[in-house]
Amino acid sequence: MEIIENSPKLVSKIPDGPLTEKWSKHKNSIKLLSPANKKKHTVLVVGTGLAGASAAASLAEMGYNVKAFCIQDSARRAHSIAAQGGINAAKNYPNDGDNVWRLFYDTIKGGDYRAREANVYRLAEVSNSIIDQCVAQGVPFAREYGGTLANRSFGGAQVSRTFYARGQTGQQLLLGAYSALMRQVHLGKVEMLPRREMLDLVKVDGKARGIIVRNLVTGDMERYAGDAVLLCTGGYGNVYYLSTNAKNSNVTAAWRCYKRGAFFGNPNYTQIHPTCIPVSGIYQSKLTLMSESLRNDGRVWVPKTKELAEQVRSGKLHPNDIKEDDRDYFLERKYPSFGNLVPRDVASRNAKYVCDEGRGVGSGLAVYLDFRDAIKEQGADTISAKYGNLFEMYEKIQGEDPYKVPMMIFPAVHYTMGGLWVDYNLMTTVPGLYALGEANFSDHGANRLGASALMQGLADGYFVVPYTLGDYLATDKPEKVDTSHPEFDKIEKEATERIDKLLAIKGKKTVLDFHRELGNLMWDYVGMSRNKEGLETAIEKISALREEFWKDVNIPGDANYYNKYLEYALRIADFLELGELMARDALVREESCGGHFREEYQVDGEAKRNDADFAFVSAWEYLNGEGERLHKEELKFENVELTQRSYK
Amino acid sequence: MSTEKMTIHLKVWRQKGPNEPGKLVDYTVNDANEHMSFLELLDWLNEALMKKGEEPIEFDHDCREGICGSCNMMINGMAHGPQRGTAACQLHMRQFKDGDTVVVEPWRATAFPLIKDLVVDRAAFDNIMAAGGYVSVNTGGYVDANAIPIPKDEAETAFDYAACIGCGACVAACPNSSASLFTAAKISQYAHLPQGHAERKKRVVAMVDQMEKEGFGDCSNHGECEAVCPKEISITAIAEMRREYIKAVL
Repeated sequence: MEIIENSPKLVSKIPDGPLTEKWSKHKNSIKLLSPANKKKHTVLVVGTGLAGASAAASLAEMGYNVKAFCIQDSARRAHSIAAQGGINAAKNYPNDGDNVWRLFYDTIKGGDYRAREANVYRLAEVSNSIIDQCVAQGVPFAREYGGTLANRSFGGAQVSRTFYARGQTGQQLLLGAYSALMRQVHLGKVEMLPRREMLDLVKVDGKARGIIVRNLVTGDMERYAGDAVLLCTGGYGNVYYLSTNAKNSNVTAAWRCYKRGAFFGNPNYTQIHPTCIPVSGIYQSKLTLMSESLRNDGRVWVPKTKELAEQVRSGKLHPNDIKEDDRDYFLERKYPSFGNLVPRDVASRNAKYVCDEGRGVGSGLAVYLDFRDAIKEQGADTISAKYGNLFEMYEKIQGEDPYKVPMMIFPAVHYTMGGLWVDYNLMTTVPGLYALGEANFSDHGANRLGASALMQGLADGYFVVPYTLGDYLATDKPEKVDTSHPEFDKIEKEATERIDKLLAIKGKKTVLDFHRELGNLMWDYVGMSRNKEGLETAIEKISALREEFWKDVNIPGDANYYNKYLEYALRIADFLELGELMARDALVREESCGGHFREEYQVDGEAKRNDADFAFVSAWEYLNGEGERLHKEELKFENVELTQRSYK
Repeated sequence: MSTEKMTIHLKVWRQKGPNEPGKLVDYTVNDANEHMSFLELLDWLNEALMKKGEEPIEFDHDCREGICGSCNMMINGMAHGPQRGTAACQLHMRQFKDGDTVVVEPWRATAFPLIKDLVVDRAAFDNIMAAGGYVSVNTGGYVDANAIPIPKDEAETAFDYAACIGCGACVAACPNSSASLFTAAKISQYAHLPQGHAERKKRVVAMVDQMEKEGFGDCSNHGECEAVCPKEISITAIAEMRREYIKAVL
């Protein structure tokens, strides 16, 4: 495999000057498009989650013609809707010493120094405008009695900077962005195209000029041309089969762009969230997250000994009957200064350790999250006011009352920090193709802090791309292209042939069989901890599984009507390729950082980074059927000192 | 955890397309389990059907956490099934007994035309939202968020209405197929927030008119909508909507 150090193809376009002035300077120097010229341009926005809806609405307000696409039946159902805990901003309303610098610092440190300083600083800088924007839209954030906005603390931070709307922050923010989007639909500036799945990218003269989508109701292939394509299609956690992602979340749009020349950044960086409801059986279709905010009051523990844990598992001993001395509050014990609020990667890994030691509860793959003490100290009413809806959700799924019995939790795949490589303007290596939100790699390094995903999605959509897109169009001046261009014929034909090929297999195994097998491989070998041997095994086995898929998958029905299992098969075909790239990426990175934990590189169970050799972004280039090439973007830290993360 | 097997008999509405005839088809799942969600039971059945070479049952679903509002089915005649305040995706088989027969049908309303099996088209809801379900502000240039103080109880009331997931259960349960609860929830959210006041009158008229145009019926106070709403949105929203409407047109 070819490796290109300091790749000339990765031009980050980070502006010169001091960190705190980069974004303002950049905004002052980039080109503008006049209102008269904006209306001559069409922008294709794929995905309508926080990033997509906010970008589509903002661009339409500015005068662009926008076509927005989503796979769901309505833009309002994108998976951002499921985010629970909150959104960070450096408002410092609680007067606890927060500011833009601290939010920047916490985010870059939380990401284990594997993100760009300039991008992260910009994110922190625009965070306050996001809150103002959302409040102006009528997002019903939690408030104090005096009528001001309420804040709470979140994992990985020592200040209270998280704004929230009960346990449904993502829903309320998305409905805010969706309402702005629907307003533009009403005004005729956005054409909304739901139940459409992007199957490929069309390039003309090397630039992104259109997309091929499948109409999921009729099965028809449709073509759309534009002057730029914004990919806002979320993350790819479903490559693990079981994850907290919505069932339809997938990598297809991003993967197709990768195969058309967009480099994929840090594909292995996956966030495993510590507080999810454990797996109950083979029929399990997805995992449910319990907001991290629960760790503000819940205490994480397992029995001190294997013997006690065994008694609990066999039902002979009730957790409430385990004496205080026999409980191991392992996060509080190991990390006294952050306690239960250590970042997600640390909390998850430690839960895995105690379960590996045989001290897990439930099926053996679970730890307790106990509210007994919080209820004693604050009263059940206070706890209910904070977490009532989460407790109810837990009881619905698990059939146990968390007010009386400690919750059981286990880590689950939740978010992917990796994504398409983008420059400071959020443009990929394909001119005119942008990636926003979880679909890009840019801001969270190797680990994302809680309440930062919503912040990033909205920052990209409301406050970054509306500026940077104009610069591209004003500079590039794309010529008119319509869907009769031969490139559209060619790419559409390829997409159709792919579908026909899949349908013609008529094998024995269902798509779900393959997805589950892929997920097991990913979880076992490319999951919470990785090693060389395991990663090599994964590469071999995923490749074999992919081969089997193309010989033996069974897809029901036909392509010319609503066929969910065909949609599913197309997505799994891409996941089967992505999984292998993730393993390759993890193999190359011979260090531990954030969510990427290589067993060979650790000190006493803590991740051991290697800044001298690995302070770079991995950007993978697809080489038409001949493997891939690794480009490295060196990360320069001029403002923060790289320290070993310590939450002790 | 008990892992005892349950047998569940299903009668599921199968219809190939909007212009094809539909009918209830019997299926039996012998190896269901009380910890399965209702949608996982359908997944399980679909796997078995495909292995027999039959076409699977189509249904909309996505988050499976009760928040995206994708899933929509009548279970034993009730929108989202028997458990209060619960979307079908969070309904678990422990709500049923071994040997039960369960009837599964799509939402039925003129404004929600059927696509296939249990999948319907709910674009009419988006059209109602587009007519006025927003505060008309562009991105950028706002005053500090704390410059708009909102009393905590007002914010909480607004939130109660804002919790709507747009699933359409209210329409499916209503004998008139009215979308009043859906429409009223959005109107009431903004009526309780100062940000919503500038367009208060315009909004209620536009959204109510659109609701009628889409072919939804009128509200005649049955209250079925409130009973089936997975987010337990109160029917007082509809009273608020009427008050707002009268104030707007008088």
